Amino acid sequence: MHRTLALLVVGVSLAFGVDWFLGEFIEEYVVRIINLCGIAIILAVSLNVINGLCGQFSLGHAGFMAIGAYVSAYFTTTLRVLNTETGETIVRAPLFDGAWGFVPALLVGGAAAAAAGLIVGVPTLRLKGDYLAIATLGFGEIVIILLTNFDSVGAARGLPGLPNYASSFWILTFAWICVVGSVFLQRSTFGRALIAIRENELAAEVMGIRVARLKVMAFIYGAFFAGIAGGLLGHLLRTISPSTFGFMKSIEVVVMLVLGGLGSLTGAIVGAIVLTVLPEALRDVEQQAKLPGIRMVVYALVLILMMIFRPQGIFGQRELSLKLLRRVLPARLRGGDSETKP
Amino acid sequence: MSVLLETELLTICFGGLTAVDQCCLSIEEGDLYGLIGPNGAGKTTVFNMLTGVYVPTSGSVKFRGRLISGRSPVEVARLGISRTFQNIRLFDELSVLENAMTGAHQHAKINLFDSLLRTSRHYREERRQRERAYELLQFMGLEERAGLPAKQLPYGHRRRLEIARALATEPRLICLDEPAAGMNTGEKAELSALIRRIRDELGVTVLLIEHDMKLVMGICEKIQVLDYGKTIALGPPKEIQNNPKVIEAYLGGD
Ligand SMILES: Nc1ncnc2c1ncn2[C@@H]1O[C@H](COP(=O)(O)OP(=O)(O)OP(=O)(O)O)[C@@H](O)[C@H]1O
Ligand SMILES: [Mg+2]
Repeated sequence: MHRTLALLVVGVSLAFGVDWFLGEFIEEYVVRIINLCGIAIILAVSLNVINGLCGQFSLGHAGFMAIGAYVSAYFTTTLRVLNTETGETIVRAPLFDGAWGFVPALLVGGAAAAAAGLIVGVPTLRLKGDYLAIATLGFGEIVIILLTNFDSVGAARGLPGLPNYASSFWILTFAWICVVGSVFLQRSTFGRALIAIRENELAAEVMGIRVARLKVMAFIYGAFFAGIAGGLLGHLLRTISPSTFGFMKSIEVVVMLVLGGLGSLTGAIVGAIVLTVLPEALRDVEQQAKLPGIRMVVYALVLILMMIFRPQGIFGQRELSLKLLRRVLPARLRGGDSETKP
Repeated sequence: MSVLLETELLTICFGGLTAVDQCCLSIEEGDLYGLIGPNGAGKTTVFNMLTGVYVPTSGSVKFRGRLISGRSPVEVARLGISRTFQNIRLFDELSVLENAMTGAHQHAKINLFDSLLRTSRHYREERRQRERAYELLQFMGLEERAGLPAKQLPYGHRRRLEIARALATEPRLICLDEPAAGMNTGEKAELSALIRRIRDELGVTVLLIEHDMKLVMGICEKIQVLDYGKTIALGPPKEIQNNPKVIEAYLGGD
């Protein structure tokens, strides 16, 4: 508990320091990419709990994001609501006003997404592999269709005018909370139970591990942070529409995981950063080489080569740690300490 | 001695095949009970029905006086029956110690938030699981490999780890499905000593499926023989060895 509080204080101070540094010294375009990286990390790390640890192949992350984004925006944004009886448009002031309303709004968004996680998790318990992927994909599409038909949140046009509350400070703070929480989850009796389910479901059941309950728990946990990430993204982009959260968004997060190594938390972080920075870096290349469109070609090539030469992802299921570094580095750099126990 | 596990006319059919036919088992607390029979006799299928993996077509299973047939494997495990698998089912990506710890998971009295917030209850639970798992690894002679990923264990040790993991659930009854398969003579001798100690020192009743006659006859006090799903003999090892039906089943079966 003390350690958790200390870690929270460290995270918040770090986020505060970095936020100040970025604002002072770094150009806006780069800051934006860093913010997007932070959000991507939350998405990838939380999906890793469902897909990587528990081995449940979910493609519904964008749906949870959409719920988080719209619900939090509902509380922070000035809405124009059409009164269907009188036909006049009413302007409704934000329910949670000011920057301090942002965190409660995000949390409500996360909670709504978590509730959706429960609703998706329970009926899909019996599904595995492709079937689960298709069911969760369907969930994402249902969310999009509902939003497209909801006039008070702008329907297909989307919802403009979200306040710019998603500062680097909040993004980094939540990324930190998500990462620390996921490390704590992974290294606990619940994390081991999730991995046991992934490795051999029957053996897990015979050990008395409540498989159904834990699978739903993984869904709820993943969905909560996807909802938070959605809220942050919404307040960063400042306009959200159903198409922002289409199924390509879910695929993107899955690709981050697969690139980093499904089941590896550090892999998820690296995958999130690479796949956020790479398209932007390639954009520069594209402009200089005067080859419009080459960006997506290179992007796809990188992924294809990766799947051919390293299908288990950069890290496999391992974690990036000092121990791993020591093993990978050439012996002469290591010195003679390779035999000593950690 | 009181009856721990009792099955009555336990029967299961797969399509037209009656894999287990009216099997009656009666295992008393403290027994070291052998279940033998030629290949395909239905021994593993009996285990699957005892542990809730299969639902019997008819008949019942009673454990400590409670009807358990039809309950899920999770419920059965939590009532105190644990098992190993003929085709080993370890959690390959977890370490040897962590594999054994998963057995102790079912007794954890903490919730997710304890672990997410790292409360003292979380640390206490981790310590409890680690200590119990380590004790059982020591018991099974695996403590030196505690940190190794399970997938790197040699074959004989994998079978022992399965037993350690099953014991970590603190069962009243442990069902071992061919624990000596693939072991050499030396390993088998060690294993039979360990099985006896499981019963004598840990006080866990043992139900054992094993093809190695020397091992079964050496440690079991009661033996039941299945052939084509039917019980053809039941009694102490001496009687079983000289039973003409049993000899016939084994000679005819092979
Ligand atoms: N799920 C199933 N579906 C169909 N048939 C099955 C199923 N499980 C077992 N059987 C059949 O039931 C019979 C008994 O199988 P079981 O595995 O219980 O034998 P066993 O006594 O454990 O044999 P072994 O010594 O080879 O392990 C076999 O004929 C097997 O093919
Ligand atoms: Mg068998």
